[in-house]
Amino acid sequence: MATLTLTVNGKPVSAQAEANTLLVEFLRETLGLTGTHVGCDTSQCGACVVHLDGLAVKSCTMLALQAEGTEVTTIEGLAPPGSLHPMQVAFHQNHGLQCGFCTPGMVMASVALVTDNPNPSEPEVRQGLAGNLCRCTGYQNIVKSVIAGARAMER
Amino acid sequence: MQDFSYQRPAALTAAIEAFEQAEDGRFLAGGQTLLPVMKHRLATPSDLIDLAGISDLEGISIAGSALSIGAMTTHARVASAAEVHDAIPALAKLAGCIGDPHVRNRGTLGGSIANNDPAADYPAAVAGLNATVYTDRRRIAGDDFFTGFFETALEEGELITRVEFPVAAAACYQKFDDPASGYAVVGVFVSRGSQGVRVAVTGATPCVFRMRDLEAALNRKFTPETVSGFCVPEEECNDDLHATAAYRSHLVGVMATRAVAAITDGEM
Repeated sequence: MATLTLTVNGKPVSAQAEANTLLVEFLRETLGLTGTHVGCDTSQCGACVVHLDGLAVKSCTMLALQAEGTEVTTIEGLAPPGSLHPMQVAFHQNHGLQCGFCTPGMVMASVALVTDNPNPSEPEVRQGLAGNLCRCTGYQNIVKSVIAGARAMER
Repeated sequence: MQDFSYQRPAALTAAIEAFEQAEDGRFLAGGQTLLPVMKHRLATPSDLIDLAGISDLEGISIAGSALSIGAMTTHARVASAAEVHDAIPALAKLAGCIGDPHVRNRGTLGGSIANNDPAADYPAAVAGLNATVYTDRRRIAGDDFFTGFFETALEEGELITRVEFPVAAAACYQKFDDPASGYAVVGVFVSRGSQGVRVAVTGATPCVFRMRDLEAALNRKFTPETVSGFCVPEEECNDDLHATAAYRSHLVGVMATRAVAAITDGEM
């Protein structure tokens, strides 16, 4: 066991973690932040995407201890409690989800994508979400949501 | 994942010392291959030595007529760095088509070439640009670095520190990627510089290689049509669930033709 100190959703966190604990396990099981999902556990599906120092990463393909000293943002930290981030609103309004399992990763990946490229074209959105899979194949509305979310984030 | 001990030294010497003291140590770079491999228990190191704390291993600079990239520099950084776009745009493009954006935010140049996956992209650039690999103890010519299926010239515990890519007059990487993984089914890197033409092929066979006969022909006549007389025999190509050997053999010609055409058209 080692003590892991980092910032999660703006709050300082210090907790014990085993060397072989994945970041996603630490977030879900130690901190109870179950918004971040484990889909494939093989770094293919992107359901576990969180922001690490502002960059989208797959939290199932990182050890918790690798996040020492970093700032992690999960889906729970995108907007203040009780409110929604403009990208979450866009997914809601455009029916950008069917079963919803991939949605936290999709939203986190989309926010990172739009932060880099504030006005993405449809092909750029599809390319930018190459690391996120939707088993419901609901991609049309996901892409629509991201483009609407990008416009809302500009405001 | 099995249990192991983890440490993140802040200096190269400390990392090497930690490796020497470990029973079965492994260096951890971006972890985008090593961690999935450990989850499958295909690797079970006793100690992981994370290189992320060694700032000397990260960064991009121009050294004379070469571009020097630190081993721990991520694919995302190489893809977006102005120095890379200015010096070798084909290398920026290659880095930007590895895996997916999240993988590119963690995966590193050093990790990729040390692993030498037969379908990885960076080995094509190292061989195709005549790069030099610098380690904690020596320099290794790009032509001598990749020695076989997941095999490199690295010795036990030898650590890549940076890679120097000579700036070529023109270069292009053409890749036919697997739609699910982003790995190269076949990728061809063509460069044309003062030392002549280089053609490096990844994905097609168990290890990246140069098509020297095609290079000689392109040195005489650099046109897309020149490629048509050359191929990689089907018997030498990988055959798996992603593509048959015949398909890969065919793709080498298609990707090489596209790369040469892009260079002659000036669309690098």
